[in-house]
Amino acid sequence: MSPESPTIETHGLSKRYRGGQLAVDGLELSVPQGAVFGFLGPNGSGKTTTIRMLMGLIGPTAGRVELFGEPIPQATNRVLPRVGALIEGPAHYPYLTGADNLARYDAADRSADPKTRNARVADALERVGLSSAAQKKAKAYSLGMKQRLGLAAALLQPRDLLVLDEPTNGLDPQGMREIRSLIKSLAADGTTVFLSSHLLDEIEQVCTHAAVMSKGRLVVQGTVGELGAGLRARLAVTTPDAVAAEMVLKTVLVAAGSASGDAQVHVEGDRVSCDADGLEPDAVCAALVGAGVRVFAFGIERPSLEDAFVALTGEGFDVAQ
Amino acid sequence: MSLSSSVGNSGTAESTAVQNGTAEVPAGRAVSRGARTARPRIRLRGSFALNELATMFGRIRNLALLGALAAIPLALGIAIKLTTNHPDGGGGFISQVSNNGLFLVFSSLTITLPVFLPLALGVVAGDSISGEAGQGTLRYLLVAPVGRNRLLAVKGGALVVFCVVASFTVAVSAFVIGLILFPIGQVTLLSGESISFGAALVKAVIITLLVAASLLGLASIGLFVSTLTDTAIAAMAVTVGVTVLSGILQTIPQLSSIQPWLFTDQWTSFADLLRDPVYTPNIVHNVLIQALYVAVFGSAAWARLSSRDVLA
Repeated sequence: MSPESPTIETHGLSKRYRGGQLAVDGLELSVPQGAVFGFLGPNGSGKTTTIRMLMGLIGPTAGRVELFGEPIPQATNRVLPRVGALIEGPAHYPYLTGADNLARYDAADRSADPKTRNARVADALERVGLSSAAQKKAKAYSLGMKQRLGLAAALLQPRDLLVLDEPTNGLDPQGMREIRSLIKSLAADGTTVFLSSHLLDEIEQVCTHAAVMSKGRLVVQGTVGELGAGLRARLAVTTPDAVAAEMVLKTVLVAAGSASGDAQVHVEGDRVSCDADGLEPDAVCAALVGAGVRVFAFGIERPSLEDAFVALTGEGFDVAQ
Repeated sequence: MSLSSSVGNSGTAESTAVQNGTAEVPAGRAVSRGARTARPRIRLRGSFALNELATMFGRIRNLALLGALAAIPLALGIAIKLTTNHPDGGGGFISQVSNNGLFLVFSSLTITLPVFLPLALGVVAGDSISGEAGQGTLRYLLVAPVGRNRLLAVKGGALVVFCVVASFTVAVSAFVIGLILFPIGQVTLLSGESISFGAALVKAVIITLLVAASLLGLASIGLFVSTLTDTAIAAMAVTVGVTVLSGILQTIPQLSSIQPWLFTDQWTSFADLLRDPVYTPNIVHNVLIQALYVAVFGSAAWARLSSRDVLA
């Protein structure tokens, strides 16, 4: 592996299932080393199919996959010990205890040292907060506990790459927060994290990079900053004096050099907003107050990933294929 | 956490506890966790093959299957004991059981081989890959990564062990019950000579191994079918169904040309070991058929598993 080779790279990756459905179409994915990479897309957009190809579970119809610069699936046995994965929900042996489930997955990995197995199993359970349920049969686990057990399996060894497909599924808000801070601490240790999710907030909170899938195609990829770059921040005022506020903002925009202020000021009930580009918020606020506008709330709104997604795909995020 | 580190931890925690009473709780937790992990440490240590065997023979369902197999000689022994006043009622091995308990081993194997052993094996073999696929653990084994060839080898090896264990479960159970219920002594062979009890016991062990070997063809069919589907129950049904079908084909005279190729054809050949000299052609024929089935269906299972898209 050369130092500059991306952790995950795909070239023209396509998968057509029997029955003719093109699930993934010409994917050119590049996940840099050390990134927390958010993999976004509505249900049915080809995220899980892509992850299955990354892990060598299914063969691509066309194109190729490289992990750490090595070809998949040819190099799976060499590469996958460095990868921890949670794919399409956790799976376990219901008749084994949590600890025995992990021990079995660990035994399946030839590179794992049996001498340290119990220590590593206990460690992984500790990290996901399952120590007290280690000796319970997995069939007695709740959905959230099963999800944690799946995460523990991915953490049995120090990994260079974690592939997490919807890791916070089934978790309560507290659990989601724990998982997010776990991902952050892993990333801080230099682990590359590939995180698929349909929860935009989640991606926005933890990711440095993101890619957006739609109908099997990659719409865009880049740093989270780049994705939002196409969208401008907006200045928004909440006031009962909407008409007066609109007038002030138009004047301010003209003064700031905008061609025509008219089109850019948007009034929505008691909320008045305009493009924040080139405006000085403190001056605008002073102008508003000076004009006698009662300001209830005032601020610059950064575009969310959801705005970016809608702008990129022209559809709401939850629209299934 | 290893035992040594948990001891170290609790030691540290105890020394902290001297200064700070609140440290008692974590100390207690560390100790109890160390104690609780002591059991799986021994059982699950080592390779994936050992883990597979521990999982197979630790599963309640499989133990129940073996328990049922062990109960068959008991039922047979009691039935023979109760009807021992009517010796003209049975034929073959069964008629000899009341004279010599060792014949309960041969009778039990004769009775279980056509139905009960294939049933138990069909469940375990049919479940081997499809069960993992159905519950989703197959994908996690593959990304561990277990390696597809290694997985198949371990599953196949575990099935061989199961065939041996299942056959010996019947044999040992029959031997013990025969010992309890019936007299023991010299054994009269099918060819008329008598041999010592010890010599007969050796033959019983070899016969049990031959019965286990007779099941290998079916085991490889089950393993292959198991790679075709994610529905374990379907694979089990097909595997058991194949045995029934083979048994039916065996009885149709018009099909005599294909009968020597059926895996059930020479299942009764183990009885030839009870002749002096041992009549070997059918035993050899049986071993060859089983080897052929293992080669054909083992290769098919490998071809299927190594190329298959794992979607479950």
